[in-house]
Amino acid sequence: MELHVENLNINYGDKEVVKNVNFHINTGEIVTIIGPNGSGKSTLIKAISRCLKPTNGNIYLDKINIKTTDTKNIAKKLAVLPQVKNVSSDISVEELVSYGRYPHLKFGKRLGNEDRDIVNWALEKTGLVDLRKRFVTTLSGGERQRTWIAMSLAQKPKILLLDEPTTFLDISYQLEVLELIKELNETLGLTVVMVLHDLNQAARYSDKILVINHGELCECGTPDKIISKSLLKDTFNIDADIYDDKINNCPYFIPKKTIA
Amino acid sequence: MTNDNIKHEIIKKKFILFIFICLSVVSFFISISNGAVKISFKEIINAILFEEATVNYQIIWNVRLPRTIVASLVGTCLALAGSILQGVMRNPLASPNIIGVSSGAGLMTLVILILFPDFYFLAPMGAFVGALLATLFIYFLAWREGVIPTRLILAGVAVSSLLGAGTNAIMTFYPDKVSGIIGFMVGGLSATNWKHVSMIFPYAIIGIILVLLIPNKLNILMLGDEVATGLGISVERTRFFFVIISSLLAGAAVSVVGLLGFVGLIVPHITRVFIGSDYRYLLPATIFTGSSIVVLCDTIARVMFAPMEIPVGIIMSALGAPFFLYLLRRKE
Repeated sequence: MELHVENLNINYGDKEVVKNVNFHINTGEIVTIIGPNGSGKSTLIKAISRCLKPTNGNIYLDKINIKTTDTKNIAKKLAVLPQVKNVSSDISVEELVSYGRYPHLKFGKRLGNEDRDIVNWALEKTGLVDLRKRFVTTLSGGERQRTWIAMSLAQKPKILLLDEPTTFLDISYQLEVLELIKELNETLGLTVVMVLHDLNQAARYSDKILVINHGELCECGTPDKIISKSLLKDTFNIDADIYDDKINNCPYFIPKKTIA
Repeated sequence: MTNDNIKHEIIKKKFILFIFICLSVVSFFISISNGAVKISFKEIINAILFEEATVNYQIIWNVRLPRTIVASLVGTCLALAGSILQGVMRNPLASPNIIGVSSGAGLMTLVILILFPDFYFLAPMGAFVGALLATLFIYFLAWREGVIPTRLILAGVAVSSLLGAGTNAIMTFYPDKVSGIIGFMVGGLSATNWKHVSMIFPYAIIGIILVLLIPNKLNILMLGDEVATGLGISVERTRFFFVIISSLLAGAAVSVVGLLGFVGLIVPHITRVFIGSDYRYLLPATIFTGSSIVVLCDTIARVMFAPMEIPVGIIMSALGAPFFLYLLRRKE
């Protein structure tokens, strides 16, 4: 499924946080939005996930305008993994994942056999079958994030939206989560849109990178094109050397110092 | 094996629910048989089903039965309201008081009873309207392109203390009339009759029907606004709906028995300790725990210093708070 953002403006009071942003994401791509703190990238992802109403502009999934479509129907196509999540101490992995079936349930109906199968499938895909009975609060950070991803998968979405899925995780869990996202993208053809802070991870896992700064979309393209000395200098204020990662076939950089 | 586990868990929760249902039936009979005159179980059955015009019949039909039913429905309404609010606000301290039910109903009742005593018969209606108005006012104040729970709670605390100031001012200016309304302020069930039953019954029914329909939405709202939005819930609309329903439930209860808001804070927590936080079980269980606890406390309030009666609100707090603290500590 394609995601199309058209003339998007978002204001907080008088302050323009996102200014006239346009972009298009093709089916099956992994696209990462990067930008410095306060650049408006999280605001942008919140607008796409319907948590914020855009001041102007439209967001389309294929040809469907998310503003004018029933939110439950959007949830059947678009799954969102926000940064802020809350979970009671007595919810099991399986229960949490089963909430992903909510948009598909008719009013007042309970989970059917087909829903149970999909929950099992989501648990298998995320390697959580052995943990299904555990309380989510007793899991490691990586396992917990995998549980949320499994919940998203249970929605059977075409697009997965993730807001900083690796923040607050140890490096091994960061890798675990990103590898899982990549695998889901490759095996299910899931379109992935995410915000990442680590630019080297963005370069390694993305087909396309969007650069947001001061609320504007500055650049958009493949990691090879985007990760450059000038971008790192102009947007992120660092002086860095760029190298080629021959193993993963992507660019990476080593920062030297900040530029005041 | 995993399937056995799910079944085991569900059976356990259903069993606890069953215990709560039994408890509420038992407490209902305890309440009817105890009072200034003790009536045995056999006599109760006789009086309800066969005899008419005996003393027992009079006591049961005209005094104890309506009172026990009101206690039961009040407990149900307040406990459901509290339980829903704790989920919607994702805050363990949320209760009908937080959305202004007590302060709004209290002020309105006071204004009617003290300033316009000729319209005393409007007091219950006034309490109900006052509760709802206070809730709407709080919602209005907390609104800024949507309402976040923290802001709602802060606005609730502020408005409650503002309305409380009004209540206290009136009581200060009319000290001679205060004694007549003490019963309302602490919450009591003396002199309840069938009219009170019909006042609260429709709201209790609405509450119970909702409970059967909405638990999934509450479970999902508990996960956070953004997660809930992602799962296709219109968070603002749903939250407003739940807050208003809670206000209606609690307002109906308060208009009949006075400011008994404490039930709405404590009963949902007690229930949660036993049955967990899954609203599919928690809400039905809350109906029966709310009912049992208020019915039992009211029985104690009637019997303890018989023939004198103390308001049930005092018993609720005096017994409820320590029991609640005990449960909290034991859980840890």
